[in-house]
Amino acid sequence: MSRFEYAPAPESRAIVDIKSSYGLFVNGQFVEATDGKPFKTVSPASEEVLAEVSEAGPADVDKAVRAARKAFDKVWGPMSGKDRAKYLFRIARLIQERARELAVLESLDNGKPIRESRDVDIPLVAAHFFYYAGWADKLDYAGVGDDPQPWGVAGQVIPWNFPMLMLAWKIAPALAAGNTVVLKPAETTPLTALAFAEICQQADLPPGVVNIVTGAGRTGQALVEHPDVDKVAFTGSTAVGRAIAKSVAGTHKAVTLELGGKAANIVFEDAPIDQTIEGIVNGIFFNQGHVCCAGSRLLVQESVYDEVLARLKRRMGTLRVGDPLDKNTDIGAINSAAQLAKIRELSQIGEDEGAERWSPECELPANGYWFPPTVFTGVSQAHRIAREEIFGPVLSVLTFRTPAEAVEKANNTPFGLSAGIWTEKGSRILWMANQLRAGVVWANTFNRFDPTSPFGGYKESGYGREGGRHGLEAYLAH
Amino acid sequence: MTTLDSGVDSLADVTSSEDRLRRFLLGLPGVDQVGAEARAATLSTRSIKTTAKQYALDLAIQMIDLTTLEGQDTPGKVRALCAKAKRPDPADPTAPQVAAVCVYPDLVATAKRELQGTGINVASVATAFPSGRSSLAIKIQDTKDAVASGADEVDMVIDRGAFLSGRYAMVFDEIAAIREAAGDAHLKVILETGELVTYDNVRRASWLAMLAGADFIKTSTGKVSPAATLPVTLVMLEAVRDYHEATGLHIGVKPAGGIRTAKDAIKYLVTVNETAGPDWLDPELFRFGASSLLNDLLMQRTKLATGHYPGPDYFTLD
Amino acid sequence: MRKTYKLYIGGAFPRSESGRSYVVNNAKGKFLANASQASRKDARDAVVAARKAFGGWHARTAYNRGQVLYRIAEVMEGRHQQFSAEVAAGEGLSISKARAVVDASIDRWVWYAGWADKLAQVVGSSNPVAGPYFDFSLPEATGVVAVLAPQDSSLLGLTSVIAPAIVSGNTVVAVSSYERPLPAVTLGEVMATSDVPGGVVNLLTGSASEIGPWLASHDDVNAIDLCGITSDDEARDLEIAAAGNLKRVRRPAEEDWSADQGLSRLTQYLELKTVWHPIGV
Repeated sequence: MSRFEYAPAPESRAIVDIKSSYGLFVNGQFVEATDGKPFKTVSPASEEVLAEVSEAGPADVDKAVRAARKAFDKVWGPMSGKDRAKYLFRIARLIQERARELAVLESLDNGKPIRESRDVDIPLVAAHFFYYAGWADKLDYAGVGDDPQPWGVAGQVIPWNFPMLMLAWKIAPALAAGNTVVLKPAETTPLTALAFAEICQQADLPPGVVNIVTGAGRTGQALVEHPDVDKVAFTGSTAVGRAIAKSVAGTHKAVTLELGGKAANIVFEDAPIDQTIEGIVNGIFFNQGHVCCAGSRLLVQESVYDEVLARLKRRMGTLRVGDPLDKNTDIGAINSAAQLAKIRELSQIGEDEGAERWSPECELPANGYWFPPTVFTGVSQAHRIAREEIFGPVLSVLTFRTPAEAVEKANNTPFGLSAGIWTEKGSRILWMANQLRAGVVWANTFNRFDPTSPFGGYKESGYGREGGRHGLEAYLAH
Repeated sequence: MTTLDSGVDSLADVTSSEDRLRRFLLGLPGVDQVGAEARAATLSTRSIKTTAKQYALDLAIQMIDLTTLEGQDTPGKVRALCAKAKRPDPADPTAPQVAAVCVYPDLVATAKRELQGTGINVASVATAFPSGRSSLAIKIQDTKDAVASGADEVDMVIDRGAFLSGRYAMVFDEIAAIREAAGDAHLKVILETGELVTYDNVRRASWLAMLAGADFIKTSTGKVSPAATLPVTLVMLEAVRDYHEATGLHIGVKPAGGIRTAKDAIKYLVTVNETAGPDWLDPELFRFGASSLLNDLLMQRTKLATGHYPGPDYFTLD
Repeated sequence: MRKTYKLYIGGAFPRSESGRSYVVNNAKGKFLANASQASRKDARDAVVAARKAFGGWHARTAYNRGQVLYRIAEVMEGRHQQFSAEVAAGEGLSISKARAVVDASIDRWVWYAGWADKLAQVVGSSNPVAGPYFDFSLPEATGVVAVLAPQDSSLLGLTSVIAPAIVSGNTVVAVSSYERPLPAVTLGEVMATSDVPGGVVNLLTGSASEIGPWLASHDDVNAIDLCGITSDDEARDLEIAAAGNLKRVRRPAEEDWSADQGLSRLTQYLELKTVWHPIGV
């Protein structure tokens, strides 16, 4: 061997035991769906069918909501916060005990690199349950007044990009506040939610406190529109979020929405250059760019444009695309054929509109859904790839001359989820952070998450916050 | 950030006056500590298996500057070390030799005799190692002594006091003077990063040493804690990469002190590979200053070859 | 001499661009005045004015905004008699009860004024993340808030829905009570003389049912308060329209305007911004 070529280093699949088919998790049991057709979930890296999953129809959703209502009225609602906390702590521990298994399962079903599911997703899942467990008996201090009350039954719909982490963001605060939940995972990534159902069983969580209904949009709609749901929480696209906001109009349902983004990642001429390049890469290629807060619009100060681009391209050349279960993979598979088609379409539009497309040489596997890390230069605010959320490993590069121009471009979007700032000048960071209309501002870092840190957007990126004390507020009537 | 692609001429220019040098060094892009450490941590998660591991273990052995720098060193100790350098694993003649043996100046002659004709270099520390606290005249003499005794490589220390008080030109001039005194010997410049403390300083000192004529930049004497760390080495590798980009010249990097396991060594090689690039995966451009590391590399090598875990009693302690 | 009642948009007092006015009677059905009947284009102009004012207002120090709100209370005090007469006539209250309503309205401005420089401390946070990062969350104004003001409580209700929006830096387009618009017009005159920058508060007299849909569907409005809508169907339709750009919606609910107000109207129009920065040397 003349070069240092990393041999395959696959994480073992043997640790997971995927059943051939799964029912719905309702009232503490796995049950057959009564009015939906089963569907298949595949590994996006190979198109191998992993399992057959039940589709919950309206009648199934109704059963789940009834189970949640009963559990809320009879068990979980009356239970002391101290006792609820114990269940949540136990769940957190079980997640830690089964962390490697859950990471492998997540990477199989989602296509994300094992390094990310192992080092980011699953540790954060456990951390979220730990954090909110501690809140369960301290609700009086949540900042929503004396004796705060849960809403009741929460209907929660989550996306496929961080399947189990989004489940944790939804379920942990809901249960801590005393709500019961019916959660619908995304149709392409149901497996870790179903594994979580087993964890609920292992934790002896009272039946009906957590219900998992699998299915696609129809199932989600039935859940969100169910009249006995008190609280709706959704993470996903702005289009679906808008539909949900309409569907709950005129009801008494409380709603939080965490939607799309088109974050500006702003690089000034005095940025710490090597960490900035890492931040750009992490900002857009983390999780294949399937991140609502991805730094998908790179704004570079013109005075350092050439240098930043040269360094970025060099760094992109070292990204390893391939088998999600290989411990050395940096970029895994695109989650679904549909998402791949959308990324391809928008990238084609980028080219057609005159932007210059570049990807490093990389060999993509023959089967599965793959897209190389891609950068578009010569992009202006008028290009669709600078305005629409691509939700893939595609970066659009724009330039600016002054801080005010950077702010103007960064804010010139209907979204407002996140933004990045790279500069060594402290006062400029604070000035920029002030000016940017985004719910999360990362300065000299990007894509950091923590259960204590509120996350959520301005404008069409949705409303409500998840994480921290503010995330708890979303599950308390006030 | 300072634009570096303007080439050698402008770099020659930056050393033309004390003021320019100072402005150049202070104008280098900053290093964010958290970001640099996070990058090093991510590189540490690379999983190097089977054929890649074989390659890495053998390469790491060939990159070792097998070192003894103790007050209690004797010719006997150095002879034993040289024997180890030549035949790291008596049970396995396929085990490669190390790059160099590194000793104090007074033991250079001993090492030189032992290593005659092996292709293994003799490296000598010099310049009032490890503190560097003596006059320039003595440092020059120390260097000349080492070279006269046969040192192929000289590991000098910079004047950290001068550096930390901003007397960059003084540090520069001293390196240049030692460079001259070292003649044909390879010059490794020890930054003693544990005393420079910040990565910004590490980056500045790296550039200062390269501009002054270093063939290698080296993290540590091994006498100060922390010695080599992966993030410090990462920052130095970025510096040699950028210097190469600006000048076309390849400068080597040597982390020294504290690297004891094959697992650690492989993390460094991964960092070299993905930062400076494959060119640096060469003993001419990357070295480990180490002693106990060698046996761990040999043990892992044996494990790969035999399929079972070896014990330390089967490897020589010299 | 009788007063002409006009709209208040961008710090000026225009008549409705539509040229329309409508008769305002007192609680007993006796003619009081002709009020301008604001149109969708007046609403559009008001949103433009509110957006234009937003940057400057929201950039002011909290201390300064608090002082401006306090100033509103002071200037209202000087017009106590006029407000009392308008509230008494419009809401059919005795003059002494109307005076109490005006007192309560002034107190409410003072109460909200005090929140300006305390909100961030009460609803913001420092977040102890598990890593070397300084992480804090601060509230920030949502932007332009459309307010369909209460129909019954023409001054205290109006105050209670405008003050919490502007104190944090939002700007407001408010549609007054349809039948009792006069205190709103007078409040506009107070705004014009109490250091409130033009466009921060825009007051439209007219029909919430007519103007509401235009504000609810306006893409440059960030939030809407539906409290002046009395029909469930209408409220639902407005909420649906508001979903177009995902406005923050406050649904109509039973309100006791004389009761102490909590934080909920304040926080309704706040975004939370979380900022991360590494901690290193």
